[in-house]
Amino acid sequence: MSASLSRDEVAHLATLARIDLTEAELDHLAPQLSVILDSVASLQGVASADVPPTSHALPLTNVFREDVVEPCLTPEQALSGAPEQELQRFSVPRILGDEQ
Amino acid sequence: MTADIRRTAAELADDLASGATTSVELTQASLDRIGAVDGAVHAFLQVDAEGALAAARASDERRAAGQVASALDGVPIAVKDVLATEGLPTTCGSRILEGWVPPYDATVVAKVRAAGLPILGKTNMDEFAMGSSTEHSAYGVTHNPWDLTRIPGGSGGGSAAAVAAFEAPIALGTDTGGSIRQPGAVTGTVGVKPTYGGVSRYGLVALANSLDQVGPVTRTVLDAALLHEVIGGHDPKDSTSIDQPLPALVEAVRQGASGDLTGVRIGVVKELGGEGYQAGVLARFQESVELLTKAGAEVVEVSCPHFVHALATYYLILPAEASSNLARFDAMRYGLRVLPEGVDAPSAEDVMRATREAGFGDEVKRRIILGTYALSSGYYDAYYGQAQKVRTLISQDFARAFEQADVLVSPTAPTTAFPIGDKVDDPMAMYLNDLATIPANLSGVPGISVPSGLADEDGLPAGFQILAPALADDRVYRVGAALESLLLEQWGGPLLDRAPDLEGASA
Repeated sequence: MSASLSRDEVAHLATLARIDLTEAELDHLAPQLSVILDSVASLQGVASADVPPTSHALPLTNVFREDVVEPCLTPEQALSGAPEQELQRFSVPRILGDEQ
Repeated sequence: MTADIRRTAAELADDLASGATTSVELTQASLDRIGAVDGAVHAFLQVDAEGALAAARASDERRAAGQVASALDGVPIAVKDVLATEGLPTTCGSRILEGWVPPYDATVVAKVRAAGLPILGKTNMDEFAMGSSTEHSAYGVTHNPWDLTRIPGGSGGGSAAAVAAFEAPIALGTDTGGSIRQPGAVTGTVGVKPTYGGVSRYGLVALANSLDQVGPVTRTVLDAALLHEVIGGHDPKDSTSIDQPLPALVEAVRQGASGDLTGVRIGVVKELGGEGYQAGVLARFQESVELLTKAGAEVVEVSCPHFVHALATYYLILPAEASSNLARFDAMRYGLRVLPEGVDAPSAEDVMRATREAGFGDEVKRRIILGTYALSSGYYDAYYGQAQKVRTLISQDFARAFEQADVLVSPTAPTTAFPIGDKVDDPMAMYLNDLATIPANLSGVPGISVPSGLADEDGLPAGFQILAPALADDRVYRVGAALESLLLEQWGGPLLDRAPDLEGASA
């Protein structure tokens, strides 16, 4: 499987990842990403279909705790890094667009 | 009374216990050293003189009252800037977190504070720990104390350089694909990546959850064990934390330091050496293996055939996890918020895009886009799914190898420190630095890098890597301590004695 990413594909992926890229960045990043993709494509066919996937190296089981209140951040602490706040809440730009 | 900052953390702890020095003296001496050399080294992004001295005074008072908090009470420490420190800025080397002051401590930071170690400051790193040279920091590169024109390794180049330059006796690092061990190798210091889950990740800003581990950055194997025992152990706040006691690490060091490895089986990994490895690095590796053999170890060659795919596996799994993790930097709750130019009443999405454009550097953008691709529908099975399967094969290689050997060994990094600027815009060349360290992260096993000497070509340090099965961290300490003591005997003193004195140097 040969892999490469066109400039348009990189622009689309950047949109999915919510990153604006300048024209210069697209010119710069697209060829680099193709080189990386080409290299990682060497994995194709290494593992047969019956090999189970690993998500974590050591076996994990769900961890539970008692449903009791534990110390946590105060509202002031939680908001301490907020770019904007109002009425003890995070203040954010509008969420919906005109067409929505 | 004087504080000799060239002494090891273990020796300094003895000095504090005997009254030969105080924590305030020692902390002040470290701060003075930072003042004298960090202009040239740039290991620190933030120095907290006031906080460190206050903690040092508290330590001295505790000691005077006969209430010592830990074996390292009063010994100052530097902390990688990827760990949350309450009241002290935490940037992860990124513009997007410039000036962010966490409202809480990472568990390891809380443990270090509770153990009485004054925190000198936060150390430089590649942005969000993505890199092998510290050149991807948004706040400028850290310089290798051995040669200021060269990289200190990465991502934890700041912690390694701080320790190598005697700015701090010990430091905390994090290792996702080698970010503790590779900087250790190229700065002539010791670095340990514990077993995955052996040290809490709570408050570690996640790069790749399934790979990240916090660990010690030190000048000696004993210091690493002492610090590991302070930070390790179960943490209910980290769901991947192992709920069982650590092995006896300091005891393993003392056992290893006797220099007797009779009955220990050491496996040399065939796939981690040869082509792509610098001759001087391989020569020091070979000599170290011979020393271990003379110490009574039985050395065998083992093959881990899937390790040749580890780099490709890593560069699919890591970007996939990183692209998800870094989605949290959305300009809404903390960090940078940038409004797009020329847009009236921008939406949250517009603001997020503009903020991430301005706040992330090139390498972070590359990996987020790569991860987004690897996880996108239509490509998921071919890339991320395939990588997860090969990850299984790599773990199976480890399991088979550990049937033949108690520990596995290799050079830590394929080369010594390279000149700053050489690989900064060539991602694949940069990624190759982690060739030998990545398999341990993929399989969660512990590893140490111990200085093995200076390469003949360039007179720069090389590292010797020792890997053990999951939960057997004591083995890397035992063999690491044995190698260290045998090499010290041969060298007639610590390797760092041969590094330049940096007083008066400028980068």
